[in-house]
Amino acid sequence: MLSQNIFTITENEKIADKTFRMELSGDASAIVRPGQFVNIKLNGFFLRRPISVCDCTGSGLTLIYKTVGAGTEYMSTLHAGEKLDLLVGLGNGFDTSLSGDSPLLIAGGGGVPPMINLTKRLISEGRRVQCVIGFNTANEVYCERELRKLGAEVIVTTADGSYGVKGFVTDAVRGLAYSFFYTCGPLPMYKAIRSVVSSAGQYSFEERMGCGFGACMGCSIKTRQGAKRICKDGPVFNSEDIIWEELEK
Amino acid sequence: MTNSPDMKISLCGLELDNPIIPASGTFGYGHEFAELYDINVLGSFSFKGTTFEPRFGNATPRIAECPEGMLNSIGLQNPGVHAVINEELPKLEKCFRKKVIANVGGFSVDEYAKTSELLNACDQVGMIEVNISCPNVHNGGMSFGTDPAAAAEVTRAVKAVTTKPVVMKLSPNAADIAAIAKACEDAGADGISLINTLLGMRIDLKTRRPILANKMGGYSGRAVFPVAVRMVYQVYEAVKIPIIGMGGISSAADVIEMMLAGAAAVQVGAANLVDPFACPKIIKELPGVMRNYGINKLTDIIGGAHNG
Repeated sequence: MLSQNIFTITENEKIADKTFRMELSGDASAIVRPGQFVNIKLNGFFLRRPISVCDCTGSGLTLIYKTVGAGTEYMSTLHAGEKLDLLVGLGNGFDTSLSGDSPLLIAGGGGVPPMINLTKRLISEGRRVQCVIGFNTANEVYCERELRKLGAEVIVTTADGSYGVKGFVTDAVRGLAYSFFYTCGPLPMYKAIRSVVSSAGQYSFEERMGCGFGACMGCSIKTRQGAKRICKDGPVFNSEDIIWEELEK
Repeated sequence: MTNSPDMKISLCGLELDNPIIPASGTFGYGHEFAELYDINVLGSFSFKGTTFEPRFGNATPRIAECPEGMLNSIGLQNPGVHAVINEELPKLEKCFRKKVIANVGGFSVDEYAKTSELLNACDQVGMIEVNISCPNVHNGGMSFGTDPAAAAEVTRAVKAVTTKPVVMKLSPNAADIAAIAKACEDAGADGISLINTLLGMRIDLKTRRPILANKMGGYSGRAVFPVAVRMVYQVYEAVKIPIIGMGGISSAADVIEMMLAGAAAVQVGAANLVDPFACPKIIKELPGVMRNYGINKLTDIIGGAHNG
């Protein structure tokens, strides 16, 4: 259930190229599942900025975000002590009850952050977690150490081969054995993953959003279960419900 | 009871506890907001624009940010009038005991009438708001709201099939909004609501393409407030029927300004999307702001900015 709370920034630092980690203290109890997101009000911007939750405790949360436009650029200039108005507990999040014994987590670029909380949850539920995280180049790599520390087996890919396995996440996914997969990343990555995965899975989608809580119908997607709102009914959808032909358009 | 300022208003025969009405397209069919607060604090609300057939709407992206506002090109996504009557209204009944405003969209005069006739049979519907101003659909919507004769034809067709008050929702993209309003009044409209969104476009500098898949979309948010105030002022001079003013309202002071321009009630739109608690905040704030400006009874100020 959504709640609107004021958070205080306790840390906001660069951790990789164009990638920042922000620690916030405040009531994050509305966040109940990995893969949910928050929607942040920023001074000078009309719409809030939806950012996936990397990790959370009852009294705070961690966001890792990429600077992709004016809003996130502005976010990266904020300092510890400043306050932010957040809508928390948005979206459905990943369903860990589907994971089986050895789930595979696949993430590309800006899709990596929610894998932290997801890994934590799956490990606590006694699962063997494998992660494949992909980047363009070495100086973009983040979260590898954190995922290992949580107990996941981690493969890093870089498109230019400057770190880890050379190639795309799909190159590393081929040949792995797993019970279920969870993925977060850009649409072209999903289209490639689709042809190499050997199990059912869940995909987390992103879209330009108006409200982030299901009111404006800005981020609709056609699924086999009918029209859904990415912000409210998603962002996570089961592989069998996605109509890929619609996403080709 | 202390003598707190009187916020009650009367709108086309409907008695409202206050003039605050969430605008169509920003409030769904009420459920999302009913999870967040008791929506009975509202004067009423105008539900998501409903057409005869279900519609998915336009391709995404459908949202683009602007200075002090946003563009949307949803394209009247809705489950169709039958699903609204059979599924949405029964759900709404459990959390909203007031009358709702039924917002009706269409692509032909006949469709507007068919949809309105079905909604007329619903007790929960207190008023029908006819959207002849949607900028995001082709061959319908706004084309009826930019031509006085077409606007009058839709008004007559809906009036002929309903016993409930009919409010025509007008487009700011018309050449002469006062002429459209007058045409609706002459055709029997019980009220006018305005403004729908202003047609706009944003272009992504990286892709060098319009951000919206539909290329153009409707601009709403605080930025459009002065345009809305001006148009409500103009329409107030042209018609005698009540006006529901909207466009960028986000505070109690905005409500008072819009009523001074001539609005008998107001709708709050984009503000709900940025702050889901915008309407209850405005309602809570309104008595204090009324006191600050020496207003005891809100209905006293309607059209107060017009001399003589």
